Amino acid sequence: MAKKQQTSKRLNSFGALEALRKATVASRDPDKPCVTVCGGTGCHSFGSEGVSDAFKAEIKKNRLDAKVDVKVTGCHGFCEKGPLVVIKPADIFYQKVNLKDVPEIVAETVVKGRVIDRLLYTDPNTGKKITHESEVPFYQKQKRLVFGNNGLIDPTRIDDYIAVGGYAALGKALSGMTPEGVIDEVKKAGLRGRGGGGFPTGDKWQSCRDAEGEKRYVICNCDEGDPGAFMDRSLMEGNPHSVLEGMVIGAYAIGSHEGYIYVRNEYPLAVKNAQTAIEQAEEYGLLGKNILGSGFDLSVKISRGGGAFVCGESTALMASLEGKVGEPRAKYVHTSDKGLWEQPTNLNNVETWANVPLIIGNGAGWYSKIGSEGSNGTKIFSLVGKINNTGLIEVPMGITLREIIYGIGGGIPDGKKFKAVQTGGPSGGCIPESLLDLPVDFDQLDKAGSMMGSGGMIIMDEDSCMVDIARYFINFLEGESCGKCLPCREGLKRMSQILTGIAEGRGKDGDIDLLERLSATLVDCSLCALGSTAPNPVLTTLRYFRDEYEAHIKDKRCPAGVCKALITYSIDEEKCPGCGLCVKACPVEAITDMGKKKPVVLDKEKCIKCGACYDVCKLGAVIRK
Amino acid sequence: MKAEVKPTQQKIKSILARYDGDPGMLVPILQDVQAEYNYLPKEALVQVGKGLGVPLSQVYSVASFFKAFSLKPRGRHLINVCLGTACHVRGAGRVIDEIKRELGIKSGETTEDLRYTLETVNCVGACALGPIVVIDGSYSGQMTGSKVKPLLESYK
Repeated sequence: MAKKQQTSKRLNSFGALEALRKATVASRDPDKPCVTVCGGTGCHSFGSEGVSDAFKAEIKKNRLDAKVDVKVTGCHGFCEKGPLVVIKPADIFYQKVNLKDVPEIVAETVVKGRVIDRLLYTDPNTGKKITHESEVPFYQKQKRLVFGNNGLIDPTRIDDYIAVGGYAALGKALSGMTPEGVIDEVKKAGLRGRGGGGFPTGDKWQSCRDAEGEKRYVICNCDEGDPGAFMDRSLMEGNPHSVLEGMVIGAYAIGSHEGYIYVRNEYPLAVKNAQTAIEQAEEYGLLGKNILGSGFDLSVKISRGGGAFVCGESTALMASLEGKVGEPRAKYVHTSDKGLWEQPTNLNNVETWANVPLIIGNGAGWYSKIGSEGSNGTKIFSLVGKINNTGLIEVPMGITLREIIYGIGGGIPDGKKFKAVQTGGPSGGCIPESLLDLPVDFDQLDKAGSMMGSGGMIIMDEDSCMVDIARYFINFLEGESCGKCLPCREGLKRMSQILTGIAEGRGKDGDIDLLERLSATLVDCSLCALGSTAPNPVLTTLRYFRDEYEAHIKDKRCPAGVCKALITYSIDEEKCPGCGLCVKACPVEAITDMGKKKPVVLDKEKCIKCGACYDVCKLGAVIRK
Repeated sequence: MKAEVKPTQQKIKSILARYDGDPGMLVPILQDVQAEYNYLPKEALVQVGKGLGVPLSQVYSVASFFKAFSLKPRGRHLINVCLGTACHVRGAGRVIDEIKRELGIKSGETTEDLRYTLETVNCVGACALGPIVVIDGSYSGQMTGSKVKPLLESYK
């Protein structure tokens, strides 16, 4: 902010924005080599920051600064293989790049244009090495409309976003469309809320526009709390301007002049990049007063969440924005009538906002051709758990689970058998193998007893216990229940006790029945969606995996070998060579070395069932049953 | 360490000034206070309430509601075990059990020597590396029970 403005960068019309875009594109040499390093969360955790710094240093050392660019981009999605490096314009795709690879990449690939075989991705199905990013099967089967620019732009540079056509949809809306026209276009496109509910976005905007109030607010919900879901984070980190552009278009349609972005505090980079984006957009006159010379004003502030899952719920989020405890309220009156500070408020999720520029830019006709009946467009999922290709994927709605898990995800690691896929976050459900050909869209997932949710997709294999999973989610929700209404507060506590009993071998006849009755009460009587959807993990696991519950209750057995109280560890004497690795690993000295080439002995009395021996033994000589 | 520092009126004032004394910004203000002192000292809560014109009861209810806030001093090293679903199915339960056993504390607690505080987080979004343990902001991926002890010992 302290920067002195010698020459104003302010754009006063749509024409000025177009001129800037053309000038930016023209000033860039498309043939100039550029090393792009993925800076998404996954790659970052794998050490991508060190890699990008090393590239900068190496290029400087070779006096190539003027000839080669280094760019840290948003998330490319293929987290499993991080850190990812793509050399442009040849589109050479290197995976699992570490520091010592950097000098070689600069000398061979950047300078001489030679491809380094060792760093290429190998297709596990064909054994073939793949050179170009666009040819990797993980990407080929996706449709990356919202997410596609992530890998091309530096999220901290507004010029990068403008160069790929950013803010043109805003220019189009402000210069040639009425607010009603914008709402109509979003309605025609059939956009539904990506945060979980799937409510038609255009209708939501309309009711907020029509509501009476002194002020109207627009809010972007980036309080992504679903465990195993991180697409909103990656979008906010990797392409914050696309979200902001959507918000300005929405605010114009609704007639709002104040907006908030509510971000989880656990996402420091998302907070930082959103802040930078706001400042840059203000500087360019794309936010603030008189946007693009149209006379329309919008200011946007960032608010950081305090780590409460329930704040993803609209009324709880708004309470938190007012500086109060994040408790939801009953929605007799919709937030589009009375939301933040009792004024009409429109809240949409990050991904929903990021879809808006696509719709306005390309038209509703184009958009509604993508996806399936009743669920238009694409959806971003985080594909995680027991899956070969962990990452973020964007697919057209209506694609089957099988295509996602086997086509894009590359199947289950270590030759294990698929058991279930959990969608929709803690309030979603587990879908079994028999439904793998289910098309993924809002309505089909609901029918299967699960839901779209915000887009987490957690894959489970034969080693996952479904009672344990149900217990995990119920425990999670019990901890996150705000405690305001009784069914949720006490109901979840009781369900958690029953499930814990089952997992610890104290299950008895009637437990399943009681779980089902409690579930029905929660569905009908809870104050907000957290409580009313909370039983879903229990109901779906009971629906599709009842036999596992029965094994726990009747036979006191955990078929997957997860529930600690029901399993024992032992040594397979035939397989054990007496190497002693497990003896060292055991934290409580429960395993005794009997000398070379003699199998070790495990004392079941001392064993605390921590699994350390099982983890270190590569010969399968430790049995978990 | 920071935990020993007594909140000064000046510090709190400068934090309030960042947000123009906006009562709606109570949550981010408390986050900044916590970043300064490592926890939320009682005196700071009183001063924030006065500065914003918000009753102390409301400040306290917000401070005790959100998971990110601690009303007790925390250890030098903050251990955050990711218990997201992806980490859970990959065995995060066994990892946290081992940390609890090794340190003799439950999650949310601090060791007596103020060396470690153990907390859990719902998801850190680096599911490819699960199970993950984050200590003082740095990520250790593909954790197992047997990697716990050496990892903890590297933080003095």
